[in-house]
Amino acid sequence: MGYGFTGKFVEVDLSSSKAKVVDVRKDLYRKFLGGRGLGSWILWERLGERWEEVDPYSPDNLLVVLTGPLTGYIAGVRLAVTGKSPQSGGTVGSTIASEVGLELKCSGYDGLIISGKAKDPVYIFVHDDKVEVRDASKVWGKGIRETHKLLLRDVLPELRKTPRFGEPKEPAMIYIGPAGENLCKFAAVEGKYAHAAAYGSYGSVMGSKNLKAIVVKGTGPLPPVYDVVKLKELIYKAIELVPKKAPRLRIWGTGQGPWRYGRDLSSIPVRNWQEEYWVEKSYSQYDLEVYDWVKRYWADYGCPLCCMKVTVLHRNGETVITDAPDYELLAYEGSNLDVWDVRDIAYLIWCGEELGFDMINAGNVLGFVAELFEKGILTKDDLGFEVRWGDVKAFERLLKMIASKEGIGKVLAEGTYRAALKIAEMKGLKPEEVLKYAVQAKGIGIGAHGVRSGLDYPLISYVTSVQGGDHQSVAMLPLDAPPIVNEVWASLADSAVICQFNMLGGLDLVFEALRAVTGWNISKEEWVNEDAKRILTLQRVLLLLGGPDVYWDPRVHDDNPPRFYEPLPSGPKKGQAPTKQDIEKLKKEYYKALGWDELGIPTEETIKQLGLTGLEKALGRIRKRLGI
Amino acid sequence: MPIWIFREYDRCSGCRYCEIACSLKHEGIIWPEASRVRVFEYVPGITIPIICSQCTDYPCVQACPTKALYVDETTGAVRVDEGKCIKCGKCVEVCPGRIPRILPQKDSVIICDLCGGDPECVKVCRALGFNALVVVDKWPGTHYKLYARDAEKITRDYVKKLYKVDPEEVM
Repeated sequence: MGYGFTGKFVEVDLSSSKAKVVDVRKDLYRKFLGGRGLGSWILWERLGERWEEVDPYSPDNLLVVLTGPLTGYIAGVRLAVTGKSPQSGGTVGSTIASEVGLELKCSGYDGLIISGKAKDPVYIFVHDDKVEVRDASKVWGKGIRETHKLLLRDVLPELRKTPRFGEPKEPAMIYIGPAGENLCKFAAVEGKYAHAAAYGSYGSVMGSKNLKAIVVKGTGPLPPVYDVVKLKELIYKAIELVPKKAPRLRIWGTGQGPWRYGRDLSSIPVRNWQEEYWVEKSYSQYDLEVYDWVKRYWADYGCPLCCMKVTVLHRNGETVITDAPDYELLAYEGSNLDVWDVRDIAYLIWCGEELGFDMINAGNVLGFVAELFEKGILTKDDLGFEVRWGDVKAFERLLKMIASKEGIGKVLAEGTYRAALKIAEMKGLKPEEVLKYAVQAKGIGIGAHGVRSGLDYPLISYVTSVQGGDHQSVAMLPLDAPPIVNEVWASLADSAVICQFNMLGGLDLVFEALRAVTGWNISKEEWVNEDAKRILTLQRVLLLLGGPDVYWDPRVHDDNPPRFYEPLPSGPKKGQAPTKQDIEKLKKEYYKALGWDELGIPTEETIKQLGLTGLEKALGRIRKRLGI
Repeated sequence: MPIWIFREYDRCSGCRYCEIACSLKHEGIIWPEASRVRVFEYVPGITIPIICSQCTDYPCVQACPTKALYVDETTGAVRVDEGKCIKCGKCVEVCPGRIPRILPQKDSVIICDLCGGDPECVKVCRALGFNALVVVDKWPGTHYKLYARDAEKITRDYVKKLYKVDPEEVM
């Protein structure tokens, strides 16, 4: 055992309902930290030989749930979820703010490796050294709020079985909704009503394994650390620095974003990205404050920032209890769908989250449908009703159809990219005639930050990102560009498994904390030139292996969606649009910086340098498929 | 004068830094379950810090069969003589909020000692700017006991206040 981690994982085979504790080699922790990095390596080790053939929804796929060395110690608890993604065919280090990360470590494990498929719906219950696969038939089919309640009722009596020992704290849980159960390709892993590990669609991977939830309660301490005095000092430093560096997030959360990204930076999706600017219609933090919030501060364990706020709406006889809409969802369920009342937006978000959707990708799909309806490609006959911009009822109805795969919902449940291909086939159109309305990268709907205005995200962001449209892990040049969403830094947060926002206290703080917890002396330069490259190169190889239903060709798919080549029709950068040449030049530069060849395939030499022994076997397979 | 930790549930974000600070001080490591103050979140968004209320009649101290519990004369805190505690759970049984905690990994019961008058949880809550936990002078009175309720009861009441729904709908 080292410092900051337990060195142990639990392997659960759902086909046989058996669980066992396995040791993980210590050198792997140093090489990949945990979370996104270590998860991808575990997947490569176990599935790499036949990666292309592994159907993400088959019992062969693994769901890896991981903590990282910093989880629980500093600034914002997270949990990483990964596996072969049904969206990209590679791996996405999808993270959720969840105390499951903390409880796992307090139970004595760094993570879970879940394989197989249960015969009937189950959930996994971890309580210190006890790991059980339990019946979930009572919660299967239920929405998020009901699931949370029923699981709590199911395990509390057991946690309380020795009343004279006092009251144990509640267990932590992650779960899926009907969208995940029915294998919608944008179903999220959710927790605490409104938290989600969304990109990658691991909610549907859980569904394919008949796994409704994971419930964890650990009563032990976190693993020992290398320098507890220093750690304590850094914890207090983070408390002081993080809210100071990002006061707007403490006060309003990211919900203050639409004003900034819609008006000032011109990078918010409006009506499926037809525009990225608005001026006449407005929603802002003011609307949220007066209509929505009942509690200003809602944090998860270890978060000094607190960007969430509790929202309650009473509407249509239902009580909506959720997080105050954050920027991404205000954009995707708001301007992107031409919905401008924050109460409508919050309601729509809640409807989708109750069903277990990733509401970024769901908003991406809904906007895509509304535009296809506008353009006459999808008609009332196809949809069953009209889907016009701003029609909240129609969007709500569509979400329900998608979650249950009813009618057109079956096609739309495939996500924007695959649905575009199917709709083209259905309508006898060329794929590009429908794909031009699909705003996605590598099968993943693009986050609500546009690149055309040049005022927000850089042009190359989604082009070469190893996590496709993920707005929290994007490609940037130079490689060590400071924004925390730069995938070089995102891979640090997602592998150390802490909240990216809490890196706003400064990267130095994160590296110092890593040293205090683990004793490893990793410098910033070392991270950029070795560790980040190692993780990104590994993820890149898995992404290019891809399959089995879609494969990516860097010459075609390392690109922005067609919409991002259309000139902006409004705003401060009206008329501006990048050219193919701009993108080509940036791509080449990025590949070079990472030690990949001119097509973006990692070279044998790079793989050797980064210590990714064994990975070179995959390169021949990628080249063969690409015919080079 | 003895002190008391006032807890304002509306201000508690659920960040649980109080648990981190408390366990670092008392256990030398981060150990949320062994923290003297624990924030319960049975229902998402309803975060309830639970900590000893120092009832003026001290039922736990009265009930302790081995005299392991005693009252700190300066602060009014319940102190634990770790050598004498036999982890029988009598103190938990008589506490109106069942607040003391016994863990298999620890040799004696866990009860807030008010850090000798300068509680770490209060300091960290102040540093964070939430001030959900505040030290106040403990004026004579018996009302302190009102706060010795179990977390589930307080949560149910708070669900009604904040969410305006029947608690059965959410827990």
